[in-house]
Amino acid sequence: MAVLRPAGEFDESYAYDMATIRQPWQWVLLFAFLAALYLLPFYASQSVVALVNRIGMTIIAVQGLNLLTGYTGQISLGQAAFMTTGGYISALLVNNLGWSFFLALPAAALGAGLVGLLFGLPSLRVKGFYLVMATLAAQFIIPWFTRNAFPEVLNGAQGLNVQVPVLFGIPFNTPQRYLYITLTVLIISTVVAHNVARSRLGRAFVAIRDHDLAAELLGVNPFKYKLQAFFLAAVYAGASGSLFAHNLRHLNSETFGLTDSVFLLGMLIVGGLGTSLGPILGAIVIELLIEGATLFGPFFISLFPSTAAGAVQALRPLFFGTALMLFLIFEPRGLAHRWQLIKAAWRLRPFAR
Amino acid sequence: MNWQLVPQFATTGLLAGGPIALTALGLVLIFKSSYIFNFAHGQLLLMGTLFTWWFAVEQGFPLGVSIGLALVLSAALGLLIERVALRPMTGQPLLAIILMTLALSQVLQGLALLLFGGTQRNFPQMFSAAHPYRIVTPLVYNGRPIILILKQNLVWSFVIALLGVIAIGAFFRFTHTGLAMRATSEDHELAQSVGLRIHRIFGISWALAGMVATTAGILMATSSGLDLSLSVVVLAAFPAVLLGGLESIPGTIVGGLIIGLSQGLVSASKVQLIRNSAEIMPYVVLMIVLLIRPEGLFGQKRIERI
Repeated sequence: MAVLRPAGEFDESYAYDMATIRQPWQWVLLFAFLAALYLLPFYASQSVVALVNRIGMTIIAVQGLNLLTGYTGQISLGQAAFMTTGGYISALLVNNLGWSFFLALPAAALGAGLVGLLFGLPSLRVKGFYLVMATLAAQFIIPWFTRNAFPEVLNGAQGLNVQVPVLFGIPFNTPQRYLYITLTVLIISTVVAHNVARSRLGRAFVAIRDHDLAAELLGVNPFKYKLQAFFLAAVYAGASGSLFAHNLRHLNSETFGLTDSVFLLGMLIVGGLGTSLGPILGAIVIELLIEGATLFGPFFISLFPSTAAGAVQALRPLFFGTALMLFLIFEPRGLAHRWQLIKAAWRLRPFAR
Repeated sequence: MNWQLVPQFATTGLLAGGPIALTALGLVLIFKSSYIFNFAHGQLLLMGTLFTWWFAVEQGFPLGVSIGLALVLSAALGLLIERVALRPMTGQPLLAIILMTLALSQVLQGLALLLFGGTQRNFPQMFSAAHPYRIVTPLVYNGRPIILILKQNLVWSFVIALLGVIAIGAFFRFTHTGLAMRATSEDHELAQSVGLRIHRIFGISWALAGMVATTAGILMATSSGLDLSLSVVVLAAFPAVLLGGLESIPGTIVGGLIIGLSQGLVSASKVQLIRNSAEIMPYVVLMIVLLIRPEGLFGQKRIERI
């Protein structure tokens, strides 16, 4: 997409050209926004804070998927499996080895990354739809492993009770306190993802996505970069899974399932593939939609009096699937693209519609 | 290995492969004509089976009539899906098409729950459960002859499933429409240039896939009962499709049988961990296929170079 600068604004130095945040008032807005988020527990109800927590942790997983699917073009249905991996690693490190959560989180991310590397290996040989199948295999094999292997450690289908993170004697046991962890990890992950995408690594990813043969002729080693993309995606999933596990305080093989992998991909499409903004917008919109389905579910159900009990749960996949279908047909480039259009229209305002 | 049980489990596994093959056939039908891999096939199967149940149990029609009505309805559902959801996606990248079928699967799963509720229900029995077939084999192990005990519904499901696959194969081989469908699967633009209406052919293959899915669903529901998790059994058919080759109708039989056999053999093990691996056996086979021979046993070597 062509970069459209506001009139009268010139790139006078390389640093200014490259800067993500270009104007002083943008810094002010950013810090005001972050301050509003960090101060959320002081003016928002517990359920809102819990929702923001959930959205934040989901965004991290979608950001990883964006690096793999959005930038590198490798479709993965295994993101939730790597979240399971990260969650289990971090839970075991904290529960059994007595690690601090704040050490276990990066360790879990790294461990999930290595597992992701393993399931990324088929990408050396197959691509497209065949790769979807390989990642689908991860989605079955990893939860099966946690259910059946080492029952004395992994506790089988029952799963694990996960301890609450503690820092300097303060337990992070309420959504309000957990929010600080989520937001901090989210800021780090956003900065890293944004900068990976616009560095040499990200350009190599995009080259492979757009034409892998041409990329190889230009000297981009597709195997190396595909594996790196798989690794990064799984690192993000691992971090997200670890955060979820310590927030939910319980983890089993069904905490993150195939449906979650589908939801994460759907969020990515709704937000916009291959943009830094996409995962954030997509996760927010879909999570709010699901929240709306839960809130207004009884009302919708009352419109169909013949339905059976428990039909409220039907609204979640129904709403999500419908939204995804509409986006695929009418706005396949996602909300981030629409946002770019709005900005461009604003800058060109008197001259173009 | 529990050798006494191996022939029993192997035969049961092979027979269970029949419905898997029929499910795989539905996927192959759609892929063959439109290069779409239908991740919503499980929900198509579930809907068809729920239609049958609704006509037979809720409305009290005879089973044969209900099956006929459900086949018509599921064919209509297939047509509707093709027209509303997949037609706008023509020419879109693979990711968009895969996500469209995934979105469809979510919508249909939600609809099934909304319309029919999530309870476990009894599906009308088509075959007597009381009198399993006993086959005394000439094999002897530890001085005892090995006797196979096969449930009637298992045997007849297998037979019906294989007949279904053969019927579809014959349809492709011997009818005019089948010829047009094979031509479309070779090359969309060429087929269009000789005057075939490829959208109509996509529609026909979706309708056929809906009917095939319903048949497979009914066969599975007679042995295991009917609830919303029926859609998950299709996940065992994905590897069967890849194993047989994405475009091969005979491949679905071989793929389905191998998947069934592998699940059966694993169940005969004495180690609990290996016994429990029956549920992921299809995916272990899948990983092996992907690493050794990604185009499958009978598929065309069209896989893109990397």
